[in-house]
Order: sequence, then structure tokens, then C-alpha cells
Amino acid sequence: MKFSIYPFIWLAFSGGGVMAAIFLPVLAFLFALAFPLGWIDPPDYDHIAAVVGHPLTFLVLLGIFPVILIHAAHRFRYTLYDGLQVKHKGLVALLCYGGALAGSFATLVFLGNALTA
Amino acid sequence: MTQPRIGDSDLLYRRPVSVWWWTRKRNYFLFVMRELSSLFIAWLVLYLLLFIRAVAHGEAAYVDFLDRASSPWLVAVNVVAFGFLVLHTVTWFSLTPQAMVVSLRGRRVPAAAIIGAQYAGLALVSAFVFWLVTP
Repeated sequence: MKFSIYPFIWLAFSGGGVMAAIFLPVLAFLFALAFPLGWIDPPDYDHIAAVVGHPLTFLVLLGIFPVILIHAAHRFRYTLYDGLQVKHKGLVALLCYGGALAGSFATLVFLGNALTA
Repeated sequence: MTQPRIGDSDLLYRRPVSVWWWTRKRNYFLFVMRELSSLFIAWLVLYLLLFIRAVAHGEAAYVDFLDRASSPWLVAVNVVAFGFLVLHTVTWFSLTPQAMVVSLRGRRVPAAAIIGAQYAGLALVSAFVFWLVTP
């Protein structure tokens, strides 16, 4: 059978969709709204540094953030093709998947720094 | 792409589609909004990454990040992003049973059970993260 990359992109797309649906709502609610706006008292620094720097947090987020980014890149690529009728297909694909790759690399670096801090 | 020969042009003609085709019907609009949720999901991951970076940089950077995150522009962006995230979650959960057939002891698991299981997963993960990070 001829090797094809599409099953893997499709798997990452659907897996990322599930991860985004299950993990992001609580994270976005707490860190983007409730803590900055003071609806809930934000955790003190030592507590959040311990949570963010924990090896399990590193493993879990390194597992879910990249697939969510691939999901978003894949979907946004087709939003540009179908929704906005963008014609530069190669460039769009490069920017979308390139962005997901850069974000995955940033996940590794930032989580790694938090781990050693 | 090969150049069309003379005489083929009427067969190759494709009616141009307006960039705004999706604004005319509610279903089309919802479809494009659902697809557009991807942009806001990518933004939220980026935002969380910047939060992690601030925590790694120390207490001053963490306090500074929370302070900046309460600025009106950023709050507005995050409120819109959260709205799109809710749209993603609801639509994703409801289309899963259409994309995936789950069988248990030779019987097809009903759609409502698959959707319900996902909401249970969401509730479980949310409760755990809430417990983990709130003081």
C-alpha cells in the first residue's frame, strides 16, 4: 500500500478537535477570564509555578497542545479555501502547518523552561 | 493545469462564487463560524503558552501577565474567543456520533450516549483542573 500522510493529518485533526473541546474550556475560562478579571482569586505564584512546572503537566500539555494546533491549522486552511475562496493553496498550507509546527516548538520550549525554573 | 482547447471553454466554465456566499443562509453562516472557531482555538493555545512563559519567568512576570490580561482589548478578544470555543465544543460533540460508529457487544451505541460521554469527560476534566489550580 502506498504511504499517505492524510490518515495521520486526519487523526491529528479529529484528536485535536476532541482535546480542544474537552480541555480548553476550563483552561480558557480560568486563565483568560476568571483570574484576570478577579471573578476567582488567582492562585499564588508558588502554587501555580508548582502546577505548571510539574513533569505530568509537561507531559499532558505537550501531548495535547500540538494536536490542538494541528487541528486548528487544518481547519483554518479549509476555512480560507472554502469560506474566503483564497487561491494561494500552497502558501496557505505552508503558513497554517508551519504555524502549528512553530507553536508546537514553543510548547516544548516554554514548558521546558517552566520545568527547570 | 493544461490549457483548455478552443471549444472546451463552455464545458470548463465554472460560475464564480462570491466571497460572501456563506452570509446568505443561516446554515452556511453557522458552518463558516464553526470552521472559523479554529482561529480562536489557536489563539487560546497561544495565550496559554504565553501564560506558561510568564510563570517560568518568575513572580513579577506572572503578576504582570494577569494585569495585562485584564486590559479591555484583551478581555474583549478572549470573550469572543471563548464564545467560539463553546461553539466548537457543542458542535464537535454533536457531530462525533456521525463520524464514528461505536459498537458494544455487537450493538451500535446510540448517539445520545456518545454525546453524553463526551460531556461527562468535559465535566470531569473541568472539575479536576479547577481543583488543581484554584487556591
